[in-house]
Amino acid sequence: MASRSGSEAAPSRLGGGADLEIQGVTKRFGDFVAVNDLSLNVPEGAFYALLGASGCGKTTTLRMVAGLERPSAGRIVLGGDDITGLKPYQRPVNTVFQSYALFPHLSIFENVAFGLRRTKSKEVKTKVGEMLDLVQLQDYAQRRPAQLSGGQQQRVALARALINRPRVLLLDEPLGALDLKLRRAMQLELKRIQTEVGITFIHVTHDQEEAMTMADTIAVMNAGVIEQQGTPSDLYGHPRTTFVANFLGQSNLLPGTIRDRTGDEVTAEVHGTKVLASHVTSDVREGDVWVGVRPEKVTLHASGEGHRDGQNRLPEGEVIDVSYVGVSTQYVVRLPFGQKLMVFEQNTGERPPFTVGDRVDLAWLADHTFLLDARQDAHAGADLDDDA
Amino acid sequence: MTAVASRGVRGWLGNHAVLIFGLLVLLYMFTPIFVVVLMSFNDPVGRLGYDFAGFTLYNWKNICEPYQLCESVGNSIKIALLATGLATVLGSLMAYAMVRHYFRGRGTANLMIFLPMASPEIVLGSSLLALFVNANLAGQLGFWTVFVSHVMFCLSFIVITVKARLSGLDPRLEQAAADLYANEWQTFGRVTLPLMMPGIVSAALLSFSLSFDDFIITNLNSGQMITFPMFVWGSAQKGIPMQINVVGTIMFLLALGMVLGGLLLRRIRERPTA
Repeated sequence: MASRSGSEAAPSRLGGGADLEIQGVTKRFGDFVAVNDLSLNVPEGAFYALLGASGCGKTTTLRMVAGLERPSAGRIVLGGDDITGLKPYQRPVNTVFQSYALFPHLSIFENVAFGLRRTKSKEVKTKVGEMLDLVQLQDYAQRRPAQLSGGQQQRVALARALINRPRVLLLDEPLGALDLKLRRAMQLELKRIQTEVGITFIHVTHDQEEAMTMADTIAVMNAGVIEQQGTPSDLYGHPRTTFVANFLGQSNLLPGTIRDRTGDEVTAEVHGTKVLASHVTSDVREGDVWVGVRPEKVTLHASGEGHRDGQNRLPEGEVIDVSYVGVSTQYVVRLPFGQKLMVFEQNTGERPPFTVGDRVDLAWLADHTFLLDARQDAHAGADLDDDA
Repeated sequence: MTAVASRGVRGWLGNHAVLIFGLLVLLYMFTPIFVVVLMSFNDPVGRLGYDFAGFTLYNWKNICEPYQLCESVGNSIKIALLATGLATVLGSLMAYAMVRHYFRGRGTANLMIFLPMASPEIVLGSSLLALFVNANLAGQLGFWTVFVSHVMFCLSFIVITVKARLSGLDPRLEQAAADLYANEWQTFGRVTLPLMMPGIVSAALLSFSLSFDDFIITNLNSGQMITFPMFVWGSAQKGIPMQINVVGTIMFLLALGMVLGGLLLRRIRERPTA
């Protein structure tokens, strides 16, 4: 254990992470409530993503964990210790900032060594060398940040934080400034490094694909509260709110009414057609619901053809738009009651694609149906995923 | 033949108009400096030697010959150094507080700091004199009263200059330092101060030249003490000794050297070494 300026929380030199608990934390800026009574639990060693549109409070949450903002109420507990009142430099937590915030007056070597020098760590040279190896920047040690590309700067920021072996590493939109290709490469790289060092990562992002690629657990945030948290497949397959259904991927939401329920099997009626939903996890038990299904889970059949048992089927749709996007074809189908549905079909070539004006039936599995409380706005979160 | 040639000349003039104007402006700006340098080598015929009569190194070899010249230069340098030193420390800290901290009256402080810059020097000088006299310091006018006055007016310029540098500095750099275990002092010493430094240095240079140069406020509050601008003013009545041009040339060369040195230093620092 290395000693440090604040003796309260010496950083663990044993590697590994620690459980992070956020207990009922609220943050107000004047009258504006950025984070509202938020509680979450990040288990040790997890890769945890806070996903949300800009202004949803995710960065504020991260900054409170880092100690850069003070909660208006609530507690932050790390590995059993209450760190709510500690200064940023007293916490065994490091941050990769969105803009990287590399020190422009210091070389890459000194940037990476910054934390070690403060904690009077031994063998600075060896450790910095190893860390630069890990992020593949050994040859750049004597350069200045301004002489590096965006991707290289990003890796320096990561190295500068990781070298301190924090118990929790916070990443604030770490890949936001990179172009698409580099972002993809860095996502895999970050995941690899996290697995290698075993430190708890908390990753703030507005990019749902990024969150799904990297995180074990995703918490979707909206307006200062967590809408839902779970594994990527859990969130995607069983969204609990319309916001999650629309923000994470795309969803078709049809108005329906519950007719029957046995265990986790629910039968709902959508404009006179019975639709079965199995493995329903949401709390809605009766009354009006949104019946949801993902566009790629729906298959199209020529009107009246291709019946299969156990499938939900909405008949008599009309194809009103077809766009070919290489790997798939995206259809917009209008149902007899006027609602438009999106359908993505793989271009397997099994049958010729439909064209505008074709009459089609839509089919999908009961397993792929989810039910949401009808009191929610069906369009919540629909147009948010690409901003920020 | 001549038509072609004249078109050629006109075309050349057209293409180089900006360059020519630029050189003319530079010439206009530098003429007084050239005159000072030239006159420092003048061997005047009489005492009122404003004509260049002949070349000599006598002025350079006997700088301190005119009565009180070197003493006044010494006074000016001493005051400028001390006033700049104190004003730079105070002003930089003030700028830091005004950019990085929220406190009651920050807006007012921001406005007030402009006032000494905006008010005419003669007003400042005379009100300072009134202040010193009222404080029963009339008999002690001299080095310290001038020093206090110079710190006062240099302060505004330093605060403004350093503030400009600080406002352009990303506060996340300091947050990153804090995140990397640097406490408040270490963050200031390792990150904020080095990044403020270019602003502080230019503020100090500006302050030095303002103080060294100041005549109006100094003249009113200096009592028996003579500074270099006061010496020049005094001797202008009876004929300026050529050595004044020598001092002027030396000051110019020093300033030039500092600017070039700074540029060179930056070039070296920013050169990649690997």
